[in-house]
Amino acid sequence: MAEQMITRDLKVSFGDHQAVKGVDMEIRPRAVTAIIGPSGCGKTTFLRALNRMHDHTPSARVSGEVLLGDRDIYGDGVDPVELRIRVGMVFQRPNPFPTMSIRDNITFAPKRHGLAKGKALDDLVERVLRQAALWDEVKDRLGASAVGLSGGQQQRLCIARALAVEPRVLLMDEPASALDPTATQRIEDLIYELKKDYTIVIVTHNMQQAARVSDYTAFFYMGLLVEFGETDGLFTNPREERTEAYITGRFG
Amino acid sequence: MTAPREARHLRDELDFLRSQLLEMAGLAEDLVEMAVAALVANDEEKADAVILGDRELDAMEVEIEDACISLLALHQPVARDLRLITMVMRISNDLERVGDHGVNIAESVRHLDAKPPLHRFPQVEEMARIAQGMLADSLDAFVRRDPELARAVCLRDDRVDGLNDSLFRSLLTHMMEDPRRIGIAMSLILVGRNLERVADLGTNVGEDVYYLVTGTSIKHAQKLGEVGPDHAAGG
Repeated sequence: MAEQMITRDLKVSFGDHQAVKGVDMEIRPRAVTAIIGPSGCGKTTFLRALNRMHDHTPSARVSGEVLLGDRDIYGDGVDPVELRIRVGMVFQRPNPFPTMSIRDNITFAPKRHGLAKGKALDDLVERVLRQAALWDEVKDRLGASAVGLSGGQQQRLCIARALAVEPRVLLMDEPASALDPTATQRIEDLIYELKKDYTIVIVTHNMQQAARVSDYTAFFYMGLLVEFGETDGLFTNPREERTEAYITGRFG
Repeated sequence: MTAPREARHLRDELDFLRSQLLEMAGLAEDLVEMAVAALVANDEEKADAVILGDRELDAMEVEIEDACISLLALHQPVARDLRLITMVMRISNDLERVGDHGVNIAESVRHLDAKPPLHRFPQVEEMARIAQGMLADSLDAFVRRDPELARAVCLRDDRVDGLNDSLFRSLLTHMMEDPRRIGIAMSLILVGRNLERVADLGTNVGEDVYYLVTGTSIKHAQKLGEVGPDHAAGG
């Protein structure tokens, strides 16, 4: 199910400002890749380029290649909507559909894309809620409004919603930064479980979180990929001075 | 780095670390036992096996240390997790030293051969038995998280020191009686010294386990009688 992604000379500009300056990166399947770096380093811009979220920004220009499996997602004939089924996204702030029930939040996309119906849809709801470690907490109130859930539960619902279309890759943009430590721990445990089946890319301001949850870490600075490697190596003996300075808090 | 690190849950990593340490401790104990057996039986083959086994022990120490450093860097452990990782680092270091003392004893087998024979010294075997028991019990305390057992281990060190003094005195007598025996007697004095060090390291492990379980250090406190209400129990 999980697929690898490869970027080749990926550049993203907004007007005159180049936010990502030619990044080559191989994102491994069934592993967690964390992207760290100071504010404005281009990490979120890079992440959003992985499922063409800049398409809707008129000033944005993207060049280079982003391969999902062996296909360039910016190539001719790729439908961005189809793409986002395969490359799911979870945002910083939980954003469940506020007018919908817990159940409808999950079934909305699969129904719309004709992926499941009837009994299969019920099974799907249970399966993804279990995968997101939320089933036991909500199984008796699937018809209740999603906004009645706590922040941490809402975020796990958003993860369940992303899983409902069976993506190959899951992109997470600071998925725990709005949550308390207990809810954060649950999201981290969940990431640990999900990587068995998915390719996960997580952007985080929290270096400790990157160290805890990821197999590979990329350090971005001023739009460049400064260092990319196994998390263990990067956090115990980084190759680059700038990486060392950043992770030890001696930056600038 | 040999293989890509598979990010694992801290709990799994700590379980694995514990099992690595126990495996290392088992080997360290075996080496001491083998070294003394080689000495008593004048068995050079067994002595060589100790030297080989020590290389394995050294490799285990490096592996455990690497794992601990990664865990500290990646998980920022606190409280009992922090104590576990730091103490495992220290204990593995002590176990590595135990292996070195085993090698020293094994190496003396060669020196003891082809000299005018000396009858056996029961102190050597008794010291080895106690030192090994100290290691075994400290690790048992580690597994059971039993601070009392860990503390009791530390109190046994005095007995080994006493045996070492007794060994020294009787070897001194032999040396005075027959100067040809000075060489072999000196070797045995060094064996005693090595076993006494193994017991010291066993004490260190006991102290580390006590700290690991309780968060309180008993280092250097034993002889001052500062440890708990029933400190007099073992002398």
